[in-house]
Amino acid sequence: MKITRMHGAGGKVMQELIKDVILKNLEITSVNGGIGLESLDDSATIPIGDKEIVFTVDGHTVKPIFFPGGDIGRLAVSGTVNDLAVMGAKPLALSLSLIIPEGFNLEDLEKIVKSINETSKEAEVAIITGDTKVSDGVDDIIISTAGIGIVDRGKAIRDCNVQEGDAIIVSGNIGEHGLAILLSREGFDFETNIKSDVAPINKLIERVLEEGIQINAMKDPTRGGLADALNEMAEKSNIGITIFEDKIPISDEVQSICDILGLDPLTIANEGKVVMAVKKEDAERCLEILREHPLGKNAEIIGYATKEHKGVIIETIVGRRIVDMPIGDPIPRVC
Amino acid sequence: MININDRALIKKAIDKINKLAEKIDKLKIMHVCGSHEHTICKYGIRDVLPENITVVPGPGCPVCVTTQKEIDTAIYLADNGYVITTLGDMYRVPGSEKSLMEKQSEGCDVRIVYSISEAVKMAKKERDKKFVFVAIGFETTAPTTGAELISLKNKDVNNFFILNCHRQTPPVMEFLLNEGVYLDAFICPGHVSTITGLKPYYGLCEKYKAPMVVAGFEPIDVLMAIIMILKQVISGEAKVENEYIRAVKPEGNVLAQKIINEVFESIDVPWRGFPVVKNGGFGLREKYKKFDIYEHEDIPEIKEKIPKGCICDKILRGEKLPTDCPLFGTVCTPLNPVGSCMVSDEGTCRIFYKYRRI
Repeated sequence: MKITRMHGAGGKVMQELIKDVILKNLEITSVNGGIGLESLDDSATIPIGDKEIVFTVDGHTVKPIFFPGGDIGRLAVSGTVNDLAVMGAKPLALSLSLIIPEGFNLEDLEKIVKSINETSKEAEVAIITGDTKVSDGVDDIIISTAGIGIVDRGKAIRDCNVQEGDAIIVSGNIGEHGLAILLSREGFDFETNIKSDVAPINKLIERVLEEGIQINAMKDPTRGGLADALNEMAEKSNIGITIFEDKIPISDEVQSICDILGLDPLTIANEGKVVMAVKKEDAERCLEILREHPLGKNAEIIGYATKEHKGVIIETIVGRRIVDMPIGDPIPRVC
Repeated sequence: MININDRALIKKAIDKINKLAEKIDKLKIMHVCGSHEHTICKYGIRDVLPENITVVPGPGCPVCVTTQKEIDTAIYLADNGYVITTLGDMYRVPGSEKSLMEKQSEGCDVRIVYSISEAVKMAKKERDKKFVFVAIGFETTAPTTGAELISLKNKDVNNFFILNCHRQTPPVMEFLLNEGVYLDAFICPGHVSTITGLKPYYGLCEKYKAPMVVAGFEPIDVLMAIIMILKQVISGEAKVENEYIRAVKPEGNVLAQKIINEVFESIDVPWRGFPVVKNGGFGLREKYKKFDIYEHEDIPEIKEKIPKGCICDKILRGEKLPTDCPLFGTVCTPLNPVGSCMVSDEGTCRIFYKYRRI
């Protein structure tokens, strides 16, 4: 059997690859009792003294490398910072590894590095190490970033600790990144204002934590979108999640384009959003705090956790149905 | 502007359906559109319908009705050095042995495109390679294929071809009515009807006395179409009505129709799950045959191998639902599709699986 693009698309095929090929063959996967690889959380942790170092890595192969609202550089920094931030960690530093194809435009490279610089300043995270390679075996630039952050020992926020009754909050309009990427590819002639939401959200999350809000679980709904994130949180927490369709924040433009193309916004990637399971009593205050920040102005409570069912259920205007884990990349309708 | 997704309006429509349903014995409605099935399942509409009303999906998914032989032809061409360009849905559909996705993993040049124009651009840029676009879809996408071929007709492009898999919808509706599948009425496809208008349905409606309502894709559209059909049935009528007036004109899209007629003519073709459907396909006219891969390459005879236990044929004809299939959700899942209906996002089995009940 050979690797297909389905294996990289987020969702079930990728999960099976990771579990059956990678996890099964690695034996030493955690350090000093910290969160290890087998948790498949957004980051791992290494306890040292009264702190835990939070550690993550990400590889970025976006096409096109420049897209409305961002580029591969901004994506690399934001993606890694966000993986640290959704663990409740303060991001400290990143590494930057560039794999540049032979013949790549030097001006484009400079543009990307400047974008990396701007985004790292925005996130207030230093880039302290890196590597550069030139390859004749890749089509486009590949950026790999690792990140470290820090959190008090035992205080890391997992994606497997959703509690019964928790409010499910999403920080803003969904579907923007994936749709911006899709529409920027050749073949679509829509005139839209849809831009990727790619952004570091560590400051947004920091504000919530500083206010003492109890976040029991948190995740950034990237590849596979909200549907993937919620299904993972529900499954890992051994609990059900019910969401309400009319509470999910989606811009009119994203909804319209999705309707035309036959796409489900719940399965489309975000790169500047967070989904939280918040203690019920803290939910309204959490919403207020999020909405005070520009990146959280469209935050909504979209549902709650329950023991009444497993998986993720959505209440629509007619009836209720399952929200399934997506299989692979969203594909536009044919007819 | 009316909020067509207003909860109170939908409740009112559901109540109306239940009231009207008391006046009939039973009613079986077929739709022939994957997007209608999507709406029905996405909103759980079957759950709120009374027991004597059944809405069944028919052959409304262009990927699903494409035959295994056509998939295998694309694979044969890939094996013989052609660049295969395909819409994303077709990429994963299994042929008798493999899918195009698996062929790509093995080193064949298979590329996903979002339109035929993207494929044409590739062919113009890479003159040393021969490109085949897998042209699927009903009346909605045939005009885009046609428009591209019209613009190419007098151009110096000799490395671009299509594997023509386009299908016509009304002839398969006639096949279903004629062949004795028990059906009372049709919800007609909204997208196809945007192109064709209402004209193709009048003859069928008159001949088979089957109510036909063109519907849009919001839940209220489907519910309203059911109400309109119920009213016809109760009053003993059979006529063509247009619920989707905000998008479908009675005359349809005249420009698109001209493009279709310029490039294509009706031909008899097999649909998956059906034998040959009279006038069920769009063949290329003489002027455009130079783009027909069947004219350019000698394709060997390919025998179809229907997977054991798969009832895609019965599902496509509206005789069974996916939940009737022993493979559904067990052997056959979107991760490991046995039949094509489980691959495409518009396939009945895929939609049933995605929105399966609690």
